[in-house]
Amino acid sequence: MSIITVKNLRKSFGTVEVLKDINAEVQEKEVICVIGPSGSGKSTFLRCLNLLEEVTGGEVVINGHDITDPKRKININKVRQEVGMVFQHFNLFPHKTVLENITLGPIKIRATDKAEAGRLALELLDKVGLKEKASSYPGELSGGQKQRVAIARALAMNPKIMLFDEPTSALDPEMVGDVLEVMKQLAKEGMTMVVVTHEMGFAREVGDRVIFMDGGYIVEENEPNELFGNPQHERTKAFLSKVL
Amino acid sequence: MDIIVAALPLLLKGLQVTLYIFVIAIILGFLIGLLVALLRLAPIKILNWIAKVYVDAIRGTPFIVQLFFIYFGVNSLNLISLDSTTAGIITVAINAGAYFAEIIRAGIQSIDKGQTEAARSIGFTGAQTMRYVVLPQAFRRMLPTITNQSIISLKDTSLLSVIGIADLTQQGQIQASATFEAFKVWLAVGVIYFIIIYLLTLIANFIERRVQVR
Repeated sequence: MSIITVKNLRKSFGTVEVLKDINAEVQEKEVICVIGPSGSGKSTFLRCLNLLEEVTGGEVVINGHDITDPKRKININKVRQEVGMVFQHFNLFPHKTVLENITLGPIKIRATDKAEAGRLALELLDKVGLKEKASSYPGELSGGQKQRVAIARALAMNPKIMLFDEPTSALDPEMVGDVLEVMKQLAKEGMTMVVVTHEMGFAREVGDRVIFMDGGYIVEENEPNELFGNPQHERTKAFLSKVL
Repeated sequence: MDIIVAALPLLLKGLQVTLYIFVIAIILGFLIGLLVALLRLAPIKILNWIAKVYVDAIRGTPFIVQLFFIYFGVNSLNLISLDSTTAGIITVAINAGAYFAEIIRAGIQSIDKGQTEAARSIGFTGAQTMRYVVLPQAFRRMLPTITNQSIISLKDTSLLSVIGIADLTQQGQIQASATFEAFKVWLAVGVIYFIIIYLLTLIANFIERRVQVR
């Protein structure tokens, strides 16, 4: 059974229809990369997967929970605990230390013991290579370091799915590699990931499947070698010729 | 000088009343402000409207009219009987509350939307997001304006002397007419207000430095 199922998803902002009939499935442990020109709706699509955007129509089922069902009141906060999200602009909490950023969720939501949460946070920081920054504040970190902390913060809730919204787009070029390295490691460990990205190299290397979106539709999806090597649609070809 | 020395005990007694009213009223006012700010931002139209009417009504009328309305107006209905101190505290509180509401609303709105999204994506409820993520950041930004409004409210308490509250200003009036030394007495009263407000500013600056976002 797929861990994410999206059926006939539509999303409008006012009169502007950003997503028009999106259908997609993600299997457990799959890494899906979503590419496409800006304004194609790929970020909106991602944000619908944890209801950061209210959907206009259609169905989103996450790990068996139909989060778009208006009748059965699903506790979205519960579902979100299982879906980590990493943002383009990190969105770390500037008033908390790196360690507190990571432990806040487990302590306040899961009622994890403070010492236990701290121990887990240090483990995660070690994993992203930032153990020595535990007592720093986000303002003292570089962009790449912030993003790795953001990944650790999301992982602290022990999610089943990780969503990445252009995680390297706001980084200086020399910082991108560190972040992608952490994401690769995560993929290797079997995390289910949906990654909106402009990093075609990453999509090609790490993605199990690549989705190309344009104009609010999924134009084409395929395994990376096929999609990049042998695109079927004109729009995919035109986009790839510009970015590759 | 001996006139001031003789008047000082009574002036300080008045100061005690001023501070008593100020402290209670400013705490109440702050709680009112926080509540009204949250109503103002709540996704329910009628609550926004109630909050807006309250803020507009207070901002659009003079303090002294609000004071007379509560002390004379409400008391004249014979439904409840407010003594002057209670009426004074209520007036300062609802007056400051309206201004605090606007300060807090602006503070909350100044926090980047990404902060809320990050907290919600972890699984925090709306209320938890407010409490652990948005408000702590917003309060740091609001501190200078909160201090400012508190000082204004402290000075507003001097108007309470007109309904017979024996605050610092009222004691000044009594001493000035009893001694015929208006110049010295009012100078002393002014100096006392100044010192209190200066201390308040120092405390606020200290807190501001302590909680600065790094």
